[in-house]
Amino acid sequence: MTALLDPGARLDAEGGWVRLHPLTPLLRGGRFLLVLLALIGQQGLREAPAGPLLGVLGVAVPGAVLVGWLSWRAMRYRVTPTELQVESGVLTTRSRRVPLARVQAVDVVRPFYARVLGLAELRLEVVGGGNEAEAPLAFLAEEDAGRLRTRLLDLAAGRPATDDEVAPAPEPDAVLVTVPTGPLVWSTLLGYPLASAAAVLLVVGVTALVDVRAVGAALATSIWVLLGAGSFAVKRVLAEYGFTVAESPDGLRLRHGLLDKRTQTIPPGRVQAVRMSEPLLWRPFGWVRVEVDVAGYAGGSDQQTTTGALLPVAPRALAVALVARVLGSALPEADRPVPPAARWRAPLQARRLRVGVDARHVVSTFGVLTTTTDVAPLAKVQSLRTTAGPWQRRLGLASLHVDTAGRSLPGAVLPHRSEPDARALLEEINQLARAAR
Amino acid sequence: MDEEPEGRWRRPDRALLQLRRGLVLLLVAAPGLLAVAAVALLVGGVEGLAALLAAGVVTGLLLVAVRRRYEAWGYVERADDLLVRRGVLVRRTSVVPYGRMQYVDVTAGPLARRFGLATVTLHTAAAATDASVPGLLTAEAHRLRDRLAALGEARQAGV
Repeated sequence: MTALLDPGARLDAEGGWVRLHPLTPLLRGGRFLLVLLALIGQQGLREAPAGPLLGVLGVAVPGAVLVGWLSWRAMRYRVTPTELQVESGVLTTRSRRVPLARVQAVDVVRPFYARVLGLAELRLEVVGGGNEAEAPLAFLAEEDAGRLRTRLLDLAAGRPATDDEVAPAPEPDAVLVTVPTGPLVWSTLLGYPLASAAAVLLVVGVTALVDVRAVGAALATSIWVLLGAGSFAVKRVLAEYGFTVAESPDGLRLRHGLLDKRTQTIPPGRVQAVRMSEPLLWRPFGWVRVEVDVAGYAGGSDQQTTTGALLPVAPRALAVALVARVLGSALPEADRPVPPAARWRAPLQARRLRVGVDARHVVSTFGVLTTTTDVAPLAKVQSLRTTAGPWQRRLGLASLHVDTAGRSLPGAVLPHRSEPDARALLEEINQLARAAR
Repeated sequence: MDEEPEGRWRRPDRALLQLRRGLVLLLVAAPGLLAVAAVALLVGGVEGLAALLAAGVVTGLLLVAVRRRYEAWGYVERADDLLVRRGVLVRRTSVVPYGRMQYVDVTAGPLARRFGLATVTLHTAAAATDASVPGLLTAEAHRLRDRLAALGEARQAGV
């Protein structure tokens, strides 16, 4: 058995093929086994005869172990100078080639049950990779995952890959920002959770005024809203706990998470859009949240609360400095206002609607309750659109959309410009984007 | 919102206008007019005549709307990008640089094929891009697609 699970088998003789960590089937099958045990346990409590149960267990457990071992045996990967190649599958075999030139970001995820065993999952984010991370390698030993990440990012960037064997210990990254826990928790509570609590209070209060007997029912229904808000806050704090931003040789490195730890690496020049948002209640504290969109980042359900954040909460000056660092140059001042006519179309935000353009970026601010600043790098512009609804045309207004390849951030929207201004901006940004490519 | 001089805009083929007119007349106007005529016969008198007249006016307005919608469509192949405009109620203009195109589709439904028409749709890496031109004669659609594909290949830039 030792020969079969020998870690040395990771460096297979035939053409550099490597297997995943031998404990992988245990982690993969562990959850399935737990479910099975729970089912059987429930059944067992109700019915006395344990004989058939033990029989089922006797077949199912070795069966699961065998299947897990076979699929571990079948899965292997190797890195060539241009591709990551992954082969898997026992009955249906699958062979996948991921061109490294298309790699946008590499994440190392360490779910909390894998951390116990010192294992990690490597995820490649690829342009047009669909909704799931392409070729997730789960699980690898932590140090192997780190080394493989460096190698893949080196190859993707066209640097000569440092050899696995002679690679020196990775240099410690220069930490740029660490987000303290206090502001993280408070800023999370001051957003959506507080708003929903206020809404619930309002609903219950109004109900009490109308009919006191209905208060119980109103509370019962609104408890779900509160629970939802609470779980949102807990999830977000858990995911963004201990958020650090560091500079590493292969790009910006984001580390965060309390139970499940995640390390994201964003290579330079891969950012499609940046959004800085400043909710109403954050303004007294001068806090800003920064989100980035990298092409290929899948908007999967488990990532929704985490991916995107470049900085969950930070003072404005710090946020602006970091954004400038990520994008490679300072942002232009958003100082071009909208015409007075825009007040008839968007009375609450007209004075906040501003646009700035320089040779590298478009910046647009908008928002009623949450002041939002969208940044689109001109080198990433995919298309430009103007739209003018009937009411806008009556006022001589038009909105300009700067589309980039991001998934969660749409690029930049420049709402309610005067028609000649929108036309001029369209041509201006088009010219600048061509020069920036 | 038109930057280009009017003369440079190319329109969908007139067959598209005829197709859309035919559809409106056949599916909306004809049943409506018939129903109103039936009611008018039953009611008779001035009211019936007025109803019939109103139905005629509505049909006319529908036809004007179809025409204006048709006329709003346009595209210009510029040196570095394709310019597309459309819409009457909401005016839209799109600029798609050739180097940003991922692929070009030519599609034609059964009815459009009858009229020898096809739609050319451009796709970029951004999901929001919505540049498509309907009602092109099949030969023109294929010419446009081949030209866009060739230009796109020549200017391809990384995402």
